[in-house]
Amino acid sequence: MLQSADQAPTSLFQGALQGYSVKLDAFEGPLDLLLHLIRKNEVDIYDIPISLITRQYLDYLKLMKELNLDLAGDFLVMAATLLQIKSRMLLPLPEPEEGEGDEAEDPRAELVRRLLEYQRYRDAGLELGTRELLGREVFARPCRDGCCLEGLAAAEEGPLELDLFELAEAFRTLLARMPLARAHEVAAQETLSIVDAINQILTRLDGHESVEFNTLFADEEQTRERMIVTFLALLELCRIKLVKVLQNDRYGPIYLYPSVTASDTEGGLDESSLA
Amino acid sequence: MSHPSLKAIIEGLLFVADGPLSLDQLTELLHDYDRASVRLAVQELRDDYEQRGAGVHLVEVAGGWQLRTVPELMPFLSRMVKGRPARFSQSALETLAIIAYRQPITRQEIEYLRGVDTGAVVKTLLEKKLIKILGKKDIPGRPIIYGTTREFLEVFNLKDLKGLPTLREISALDELPVYEVQEELPLGSEQRGAP
Repeated sequence: MLQSADQAPTSLFQGALQGYSVKLDAFEGPLDLLLHLIRKNEVDIYDIPISLITRQYLDYLKLMKELNLDLAGDFLVMAATLLQIKSRMLLPLPEPEEGEGDEAEDPRAELVRRLLEYQRYRDAGLELGTRELLGREVFARPCRDGCCLEGLAAAEEGPLELDLFELAEAFRTLLARMPLARAHEVAAQETLSIVDAINQILTRLDGHESVEFNTLFADEEQTRERMIVTFLALLELCRIKLVKVLQNDRYGPIYLYPSVTASDTEGGLDESSLA
Repeated sequence: MSHPSLKAIIEGLLFVADGPLSLDQLTELLHDYDRASVRLAVQELRDDYEQRGAGVHLVEVAGGWQLRTVPELMPFLSRMVKGRPARFSQSALETLAIIAYRQPITRQEIEYLRGVDTGAVVKTLLEKKLIKILGKKDIPGRPIIYGTTREFLEVFNLKDLKGLPTLREISALDELPVYEVQEELPLGSEQRGAP
C-alpha cells in the first residue's frame, strides 16, 4: 500500500483525493483497473464517460511508471483501445445507409461487454475462493503424504522439489566463487572419483535428517575438479533415487535428504552398482 | 459382533477409501446388496453424522461420497496438518472460474476475457491438476482446449459442475437486475426416498 498523495504529481491523485491510497498490486489487469475506475467515479457502465475514464486510466499508468513498476503490455493495449474509442466518439457517426436496419454500434459497446463479462467471472472466482476447500477448511483421510493437497500446499509453502536447472544454477553460483585453476600447480593432485564422492555424500547424510547443498562444497581444499566431481556424484545419487533434493522456498537454501533408510545403503556403493 | 450392518460396512469402506466413492463403486463392492439399499444406507449414514454433530460428516463431492471433517474444526486441524493451507491468488481463481464455466476453452479465449496474459496461471493450474488438456480445437492453429478435472471438484467441494454457483448477473452496477426464473428443484423425491 502506498500513500501516493505526495509521491505522484499527477492531477488525479493530488487535489481532492487527499491521502488517496493506491493498492497497486490489487489490479489483475486492465479490465480490473477499468472496473475500479468506473466504480470509484460512480458512473453508469452502459454510458461510460470515456474521456474521464481514459484520462484517469492514463494517469494511473503514469503513476505506475513513476513508481518503476513493470507495465505489462496488456495495460498499454487497453490504453490504445481507450484512445481509439475516445477518438471514434469525437467523430460524427456515419449516416445509416438506407435499407440497413442496424444502427451504427456505440464504439464503447464492445468494451462494455468485455467489462461485464470479466466482472462476472471475477466475482465467480472470488466466490470459488470462499468455498470450504479441501486441505484448507476441510480435510479427508488418508491425507496423501501427510497433507491433503500435496501439490497445492507445496506450491505455497513446504519443500519444493527442485528441477535440474535450479540445481545447476546453484552449482554455477558456487563454481563462480572459486578462483580459476591456479597456474603452475603441477604436483599430481589427489583425484576423486565419482564413486568416492558418492560415498562421501552418503557418509555426510548418514545419521542426519538433511544436509545443506552448499556445505558439500565447503571443504578447505576445494578445487574446481573436486566440486565438479561432487556435483556429478549428487546428480548420480538423484538418478538412482538415493537422495532427494528439496528447497523450502524459492531462492532459499537447498537441502539433500536421504530417500531411503540408512540400513539400505550400508556398506556404501561400489563401482558395480552404478550402471 | 454379529454380521455387521450394511451401514457399518459402507462406513468402513468410506473410511478407508482414498477418495470419494460413487454409488456405482459402492454397489460394485457390495454385490450382495442392491443399489437402492446401498443408497438408503449411505443416506442414513449421512444423517447419523449430522444428527450426532460429529467431527466428520459425509459429503457428496466429485460424483461420490467422502468422509470429511466439518469446517468448524479447521482452526484445530490446521495446527496438525503440515504446511500452510492452499491459497489461491485472485488471478488463479479468476482463470479457474472462467475455465470451469466456459469449458472447453482455449487460452486465447481466457486471455480475451481476462484482458491479460494467462500462460503462467494456466501452467500452474495444470501442475496442480485442477485443469487438464481436453484436446485441440478444430480451428486454424489447432489451439489446445482446457477443462477442469475431478480434483477440481474434490478441492472445491463440488458435487459436479452443475453445483457451481450460478453466474451472478452484473451486480452493483446493473440498473435492472435480471432474475432468472428457476423452477423449484425436485429435491427429496429421489434423495430422501422412503423414511
